[in-house]
Amino acid sequence: MAETIIELVNLTKKYRSFTAVDHIDLTVEKGEIFGLLGPNGAGKSTTILMMLGLTEPTEGWARVCGINPSRNPIDVKRRVGYLPEDVGFYDDRTGLENLVYTAMLNCIPETEAAEKAKVLLQRVGLENVDGKKTGKYSKGMRQRLGLADVLIKNPEVIILDEPTSGIDPQGVRSFLDLILELRDEHGLTVLFSSHNLHQVEQVCDRIGIFVEGKIRALGNIPALSQQLFGTADHGLEDIYNSFFEGGTEHHE
Amino acid sequence: MKEERNIMNKKLQENFRNRRPFQDAVTERSSESSNKTKIKHPFWVMVGKEISDQVRSWRFIIMGVLIALTCLGSLYTALAQFSKQSGSAEDAFFFLNLFTLSDGTLPPFTVFISFLGPLLGISLGFDAINSEQNRGTLSRLLSQPIYRDYVINAKFVADLIVISSLFLTLGLLVLGSGLIALGIPPTGDELARLIFFILVSIIYVAFWLNLSILFSVVFRQAATSALSGIAIWLFFSIFYNMIVDLLAKAMAPKGMLTEGQVVEFQNFVLGLMRFNPSQLFSEATITLLMPSVRSLGALTMEQIEGALPTPLPIGQSLLMVWPQVTGLVAGSILLFGLGYYLFMRREVRSR
Repeated sequence: MAETIIELVNLTKKYRSFTAVDHIDLTVEKGEIFGLLGPNGAGKSTTILMMLGLTEPTEGWARVCGINPSRNPIDVKRRVGYLPEDVGFYDDRTGLENLVYTAMLNCIPETEAAEKAKVLLQRVGLENVDGKKTGKYSKGMRQRLGLADVLIKNPEVIILDEPTSGIDPQGVRSFLDLILELRDEHGLTVLFSSHNLHQVEQVCDRIGIFVEGKIRALGNIPALSQQLFGTADHGLEDIYNSFFEGGTEHHE
Repeated sequence: MKEERNIMNKKLQENFRNRRPFQDAVTERSSESSNKTKIKHPFWVMVGKEISDQVRSWRFIIMGVLIALTCLGSLYTALAQFSKQSGSAEDAFFFLNLFTLSDGTLPPFTVFISFLGPLLGISLGFDAINSEQNRGTLSRLLSQPIYRDYVINAKFVADLIVISSLFLTLGLLVLGSGLIALGIPPTGDELARLIFFILVSIIYVAFWLNLSILFSVVFRQAATSALSGIAIWLFFSIFYNMIVDLLAKAMAPKGMLTEGQVVEFQNFVLGLMRFNPSQLFSEATITLLMPSVRSLGALTMEQIEGALPTPLPIGQSLLMVWPQVTGLVAGSILLFGLGYYLFMRREVRSR
């Protein structure tokens, strides 16, 4: 049995009267690729912020790599790489400089950081543009640089918030392959938040479907299909839609 | 071709593997850091990056050139005045005239600083926080293992270092060219006064810097923040004195007055003026650079009686400007504290 790396217990976040995240429980194991699914405003990003200690939970607690992020955010952030949605870089610096800066914030000495950054740039396929200012990068290049930026600190867990939005289909394919490779090589745990059912289905071992701050379904796709439809051959799309049909709300 | 790529991939993978597992890397790193002190603390990494950002930016180059040019201009007029006032070289504090002397065509250096200093402070700080937010770099930065206040502190410290180096350089350059042009070295007292003048200028600009950092936290748009800063600067440099004048006229006591009443009223008006940071700055600099200034504000004949019109020693001059300097420092701390508080309380999401 693999060890638990992320544990959320009764986690709740309220903004005045609005409950963004409503008493969720979740465990993610080491080496897993876990998909966070759900419409906009379902509480995915808020949950991620709480895991990183960037916002305080109103109730409940989280434990990431055995550390409580609200108490020791620095230790958590040392081990967790987070790629925010629509990530930005310092536009007047090159990709390499941006990576080296991140590495140095993680206490990696400058020369080592530069070597590492070069290796990672090759890894994400940006080795030919490392002299180009990031202001001139395309969306897809930016996203790939973001992945390199997350990896430079040697994380145990990486959290990707909508990482594939705005990348062309071919780019998405190689991006997802890269994530799979990284998991296989280093036993990275990946949290993958997305609206794109197809991509989630391709890479994720397990998924959690967020609806209005609650996790409505949790598990791997065949099991969920079995649970909902009695057979294991329904795809993720059917599963996902079953939560949004017939209800008072229709999302997307 | 394909083989090449395979080899490369393998190499990369090896590289990658070598850098894992993470725990080992950490212990290695910390033991390394105790041996070599080469690893920079993340805070100073951030300060270094902010300094290089500022120094490379156009607005700093423009402001720097503007201030350097005015400095040159006022130096020139001051030197021209010197030659007209020949024979006064025996006067005490002859050297400090470099900063205060003017023939009326160009204001002296101190006046330029009190006018342009705020603009420099505002231009350095107005987009400190909001540009990070708008570029989407703030959430990436905060997901690194640093404390949140490093972001705002590093920016403040970096800007302060930039301002200090600029003013110190300019001050010493004026000193040096004065030395060459006049051929008389400054006395120790004069040098000390000069250093204190530079220090007060830095504090004054830091006040405006903090104001603009506060605005950069409050306003999401850099343009709004810059305009608000400039509006306050214009208010204080143009309108505030007019308003105080109007008030003073309306409130002026009428009829027969004793000397005491007049002095009291004068001091009241001066008190109002002192809410203006540039008033505090000019009082402080005048006292520091003109040792013959013995009091700020009106005195009664009784108080002046028996006083010898000699220049003050530096300790006494400092004592006299102490309230002004304290006021400026307090204002800066208040503004920075407010910005800090608002920034720390904010929830940072991606742009």
